[in-house]
Amino acid sequence: MADYTTVGKSVKKIDALSLAMGTEPFTADYPLDSPLVLKFMYSDLAHADIVSLDASRAEALDGVAGVFHFWNCPDTFYTTAGQGYPEPSAYDNRLFDHKVRFVGDRICMVAAETSEIAEEAISLIDLEMDPLPALFDPELARDPDSPRLHADGEYMPIPVRYQPEENVCAGLNIPLGDVESGMKEADFIVEHRYTTHQASHAAMEPHVVACYLDPRDRVVLVTATQVPFHVRRIVGRVLDIPIQRIRVIKPRIGGGFGGKQEVLLEPYAALATLRTGRSTFCEFTRSEVFVSSRTRHPMRVDFKMGVKNNGEITALVMDALMDSGAYGSHGLTVLSNAGAKVLPLFNKIPNMLFTGSSVYTNLPVGGAYRGYGATQSYFGFNQHIDMIARKLGVDFLDYCKKWHIKEGETSDIFRILGEGKEGVSQVIGSCGLGECIDVGAAAIGWKEKRGRKQRGANGAIRGVGAAVMMQGSGIPKIDMGGASIKLNEDGSFNLAVGATDLGTGSDTILIQIAAEALKAPPEKFEILSSDTDLTPFDVGAYASSTTYISGGAVKKCALAMLDQLQSVAAEALEVDKETLRHEPECFTDPASGKSFTFEQIGYRSFYAVNQAQLQANASHTSDVSPPPFLAQFAEVEVDPETGVVRVVEFVSAVDCGQPINPILAEGQVEGAAVNGISFALSEQFVFNRDGRVTNAAFGRYGIYTTADMPRMQTFLVPTDEENGPFGAKSVGEIAINGPAPAIANAIFDAVGIRLYDLPMTPERVFQALQESRSQEEPSA
Amino acid sequence: MNGTIIVNGAQIEIDFDPADTLLDVLRDNGHTEVKRGCSKGECGTCLVLLDDLLVNSCQVFAATALGKKVTTSSGLNGDGRPHVIHESFADAGAVQCGFCTPGMVMATHSLLTTTPDPTDEEIRLGLVGNLCRCTGYVKIFDAVKLACKRMRKDG
Repeated sequence: MADYTTVGKSVKKIDALSLAMGTEPFTADYPLDSPLVLKFMYSDLAHADIVSLDASRAEALDGVAGVFHFWNCPDTFYTTAGQGYPEPSAYDNRLFDHKVRFVGDRICMVAAETSEIAEEAISLIDLEMDPLPALFDPELARDPDSPRLHADGEYMPIPVRYQPEENVCAGLNIPLGDVESGMKEADFIVEHRYTTHQASHAAMEPHVVACYLDPRDRVVLVTATQVPFHVRRIVGRVLDIPIQRIRVIKPRIGGGFGGKQEVLLEPYAALATLRTGRSTFCEFTRSEVFVSSRTRHPMRVDFKMGVKNNGEITALVMDALMDSGAYGSHGLTVLSNAGAKVLPLFNKIPNMLFTGSSVYTNLPVGGAYRGYGATQSYFGFNQHIDMIARKLGVDFLDYCKKWHIKEGETSDIFRILGEGKEGVSQVIGSCGLGECIDVGAAAIGWKEKRGRKQRGANGAIRGVGAAVMMQGSGIPKIDMGGASIKLNEDGSFNLAVGATDLGTGSDTILIQIAAEALKAPPEKFEILSSDTDLTPFDVGAYASSTTYISGGAVKKCALAMLDQLQSVAAEALEVDKETLRHEPECFTDPASGKSFTFEQIGYRSFYAVNQAQLQANASHTSDVSPPPFLAQFAEVEVDPETGVVRVVEFVSAVDCGQPINPILAEGQVEGAAVNGISFALSEQFVFNRDGRVTNAAFGRYGIYTTADMPRMQTFLVPTDEENGPFGAKSVGEIAINGPAPAIANAIFDAVGIRLYDLPMTPERVFQALQESRSQEEPSA
Repeated sequence: MNGTIIVNGAQIEIDFDPADTLLDVLRDNGHTEVKRGCSKGECGTCLVLLDDLLVNSCQVFAATALGKKVTTSSGLNGDGRPHVIHESFADAGAVQCGFCTPGMVMATHSLLTTTPDPTDEEIRLGLVGNLCRCTGYVKIFDAVKLACKRMRKDG
């Protein structure tokens, strides 16, 4: 590995201390000039026409500045998905509609002097609703007798399948080779159905936006977003105002995980500010976050694999049905990612067929969520591989090591499956999965524990399981990040990036990349990120792109700055530029031994000779998306009397290329892993028969607390990715994919039962145990 | 209603509705270091000390705090500078988005006041009222142990 000065060091996160004190402003902390408070009125019905809406009593209430609804607002169709343009998501959402499509859908919004007045105003709105039959089962979505959710001119902005007349908001059919003959070659076939459930991102900071007009009447949005530039574009389009008239500022963000990749509140705040001329503020309650923001898309995945006795998988058929909920945000791309981030991992399968549909139901809306389809798909995939390995009588880890994709290899899936279009061919340049498997196996004690069914003190039975996975690093040929750097006369630099630090520490990591390239200490950099007036464009923080794509831009930009610095130094030292040696914060002429520092360059270029502001700009895209790889291991304890599964120990060993900042990279893996464990075992949305979420609160949703924590071990297994900045790949999403299958495989190792459905609650585990007992001992 | 509370040593006059919570008046008076994550007492982001008692400020009426001392994360050290607990969180990599951190810091302070040398289990139970979605708690446990070590050395 290369010898770096700043890269690879756990530089302290630049905002850590001020965040801990509480002095870094988040959106809700921005002082506003007596803002109007915005509150939404939501539907109690899962599916209904709004026959009439009379807001006159509400509007007459003292302190109400406006009531906004379908009949007085723009009716432009758009998607809330903060993706590249045109978005690969259906334009099926309006600010307000004459129809509601789930319990928690927006009916109208009140702007008032206080939230109490806004709530009172909502109670004064006279509504007449005409209930419609509701669709809750995605399996019935295409049934001709099922109600249709969207039939009013909704459309897909890109040329892909969109059939609202069948409740299909996206569909896929990806053939590779000939699966029929592939299945015939097989000695045995393993086939099963797996389901995964809704989940809330549960970022500690709720969705929140503040809006005001600047002195020249431009719209300024301060917002908790992962995608400031997409916010600007979408708000401009929905409200029909020039992008130029909008400024989006992202302050500190209290976590996103994909939930803030949605342009949810910003158009409403901008609308209310433009209509009233007042500052506006809108902050979701926790219950609104659970019900009316976005969830992880539930998915049913059928895997069928034909296997030869030598272990070769001759054919794979994958069919996925994704429940998009009432709107189709990310409906195509989460579905395609369920294949694109999973199927290349075992790249020696010659015949594959991946089909899938994403369908509308009258349930809360799906959206981007860390893992983005891969989480849903790996749950079944890794259990399937575990079953195959057991049937073959080989160790799961040995099987994975033999068949996973290696350096120098490719997969046709990379080429044929992209985001709403063909993919991009790539050859794997770095893959440390084999080493990850070895490191993790040693840490968990795989050889000593696998298949031992050790009894715990309380009669619980122990087992170990594992899962292997890959993700990507940005979206190839789509994601773009920009950076600019300018020199100050003290030899310090201002770095401006469009990239969005939503709590990951990307501001710190991007400084480290610039610092490494310029051979200057990270303390010499001030960063400004995500202000659409002041920083270059960036698509935003999603698709595991920031370190790889935005970091690539920063590295390019720093090298361009270095070139300018070198020119000035050469001029000052009166030597050929090429002869200069780049040393920490200076250039040295080896012949004379004279040095010229960055500070001297700064003063010279500001005040003395050939005066100029040294400034560099760069943008970065990538033709490839180098996957990080990960092996995760769970040791569980299953109580056969109660069905309670306790994770005793959890191990992750990740290849994210060269970690730029190891402590922050570990933090990404640990946070994602615990989110994944919590998703696998305890988190769930509970609905009543009317489609209402009955547990929209932290206390009843099942998020892991400190008391639930297993022992955790995390290992970084560095590789050198030639396409990444200083060898880096992504690390943000991948570790949420493995806990569910690793735990499921561990449960099987302990008690011999398979859990095909998430979450693996004590009730489900107990029921599966009962069923397996009754099969063993058939009653007379 | 109106009255006085003493926040981080400074007396402030507050004007409030009977239904206002301590969290409401703290934030309205510029103490935005106290965060609002759920308003239900379930996430711990709004933890403050009310006199010496650790409370979710969203669950305490402002009226209850009248005449009492309130300590928030930014006032923990008494002089506006970072406390050793803040530094330990930063050094241990325990701060990601930071929205939960001021509350975590207050819970840690309370734990280490009553239990200067906590076991792993005592740390887990001491922070059970504080949710964090970013870190997976691992580095938060590291931070508490680091703070504990540093405070023992200092004390």
